Amino acid sequence: MSEGLELRHLSAGYPRRPVLEGLDLQCIAPGALVALAGPNAVGKSTLLKAIAGLRPVHGQVLLDGTDLATLAPRERLRRVGYLPQALPQASSLVAYEAMLSALRASRADLGRAQAEAAIARVFATLGLEALALRPLNELSGGQRQMIGLAQVLVRTPRLLLLDEPTSALDLRWQLQVLQAVRTQVTEGRTLAVIAVHDLNLALRFCDRIVVLGQGRPHNRLLAAGRPAEVLTPALLRDAYGVRARVERCSLGHPLVLADEALSPDDDIP
Amino acid sequence: MSSLAARYRRFAALRLWLLAAMAVVLCATLALDLATGPSGMPFADVVAGLLQPASLPVEQRVILWEVRLPYAAMALLVGASLGLAGAEMQTALNNPLASPFTLGLSAAAAVGASIAVVSGFTLIAFGENLAVPLAAFVMAAAATLLIQLLAWRYGATVDTVVLFGIALLFSFEALLWLMQFIADSNALQQIVFWTMGSLARATWNKIAIVAAVLLACALWSAANVWSLTALRAGEDQARSFGIAVERLRLITLLRVSLLAATALAFVGTIGFVGLVGPHIARLLLGEDHRSYLPGSALAGALMLSGASILSKTLVPGVVLPIGIITALVGVPMFMALVLSRRRGV
Repeated sequence: MSEGLELRHLSAGYPRRPVLEGLDLQCIAPGALVALAGPNAVGKSTLLKAIAGLRPVHGQVLLDGTDLATLAPRERLRRVGYLPQALPQASSLVAYEAMLSALRASRADLGRAQAEAAIARVFATLGLEALALRPLNELSGGQRQMIGLAQVLVRTPRLLLLDEPTSALDLRWQLQVLQAVRTQVTEGRTLAVIAVHDLNLALRFCDRIVVLGQGRPHNRLLAAGRPAEVLTPALLRDAYGVRARVERCSLGHPLVLADEALSPDDDIP
Repeated sequence: MSSLAARYRRFAALRLWLLAAMAVVLCATLALDLATGPSGMPFADVVAGLLQPASLPVEQRVILWEVRLPYAAMALLVGASLGLAGAEMQTALNNPLASPFTLGLSAAAAVGASIAVVSGFTLIAFGENLAVPLAAFVMAAAATLLIQLLAWRYGATVDTVVLFGIALLFSFEALLWLMQFIADSNALQQIVFWTMGSLARATWNKIAIVAAVLLACALWSAANVWSLTALRAGEDQARSFGIAVERLRLITLLRVSLLAATALAFVGTIGFVGLVGPHIARLLLGEDHRSYLPGSALAGALMLSGASILSKTLVPGVVLPIGIITALVGVPMFMALVLSRRRGV
């Protein structure tokens, strides 16, 4: 039995219109942070929902050797923490209650002291203590996105699936979020898959990257591997239709610099 | 610096105090409701009559136990039922405009009642006392089942469900007009009076039914309290916690229909409470359903209990239909509340 996440011939999408078909991914060992990249509408969210069990799929998702489809939905979502792309809604719930309800609704077994400790830990990690007693409808979009992430982290799932967790965040919070996820994954020997548009975040924080590309009739896996090896000008052109460079910054880290969008007439193989 | 958990506990304790304060105010309005009426009765007599019924003359005892107490108890229970039903409906449909009134349940109940009146069903079967509420209940329940069927069969989004409910409201209003059009003058009067809402139909049997349904539904919703709270943070979020959102929504609407249909069947159309009770509770207590649901029930009970007092005192010697009071007095009060809140923040 192999530890980690593995996809076997996975197809997902809508009943009559599969978005992704026949996706294979070799086992990714625990402790890894995986970036999921690709152009808009290529199926990143669909893939994450499929792994979480929120979309019907063909094929297998194996987590630590267990086919997730054999688990009851509740048990499955205990092991797999999914952060939806939609921000938490601006209701009169205070942030602390959003956290409490996330824990209570998903893990009835947790005692009160354990729940309080778990929430305090996540709020401290993300630096959210000052927001704890503020209603969600008084928070900014970025702050609500942080609360949404906290709702997932507090459940300490084996596999984190984060759909664009930094889309509403400023520079500092982007780094803070990635650092927090990095720490939770490394220290807990768990796994995280993060759908991102910012490839430089992937280069800086992720151990692996999976790039999806448009294809006919279905979208497909373009490349998977270490970000610094996978992200080349050729791949960026294939995946996104852009002319781009990968250069080293003054600290020696590789950086993606996109120069221009290629028109469909340009010769894209 | 105290811990986060301790800070939240203090915050939550404040809400408990607010709930307790609402309960105390409700007791006060209940007492005032009992003490007001066309026949003056000193407050001391009311207290004495409640504690020792035998101490009052027969005439006063009958007024207290057969008129005022049933009225007051019915106002309280129906208000609580509609408040709770509205709160759960607003959460389940994620829409602050949802209520048994806006989604056509009241209109459906009125159609049911009018059919019973016009068809003469009241004379054949159980007598007016039971036949009209029964027909109103059946129609209101049928309306919600229709909405539920749509939600379940077509996997409709909440917005579609709300739109469908509003369409139902207009259809039932048209049906109500049709019934009024074909009714003879006697039946017409009965129908119009029913649609104004009145506590005058309260009897101890009916009160027992409404109380039993309210108690059962309150306990039932307590079992869903965390799922409903989680739903307020977002539907996708709730789903990702393993909450079966569609199922939760169906069960909640089922409970709402039972609550609202029972309450409306006995008192007629009372619109405003189910919409505004939850808003008052939300402003005071937030949306953690552990305090929001009881708060909505208390706010609804307070509103209807207050309306009951006003219905007896606004025009001396006349008891106005309570449905008129809730709308006429309640709406400006509610607007003031909302606007003052907006300025304050």
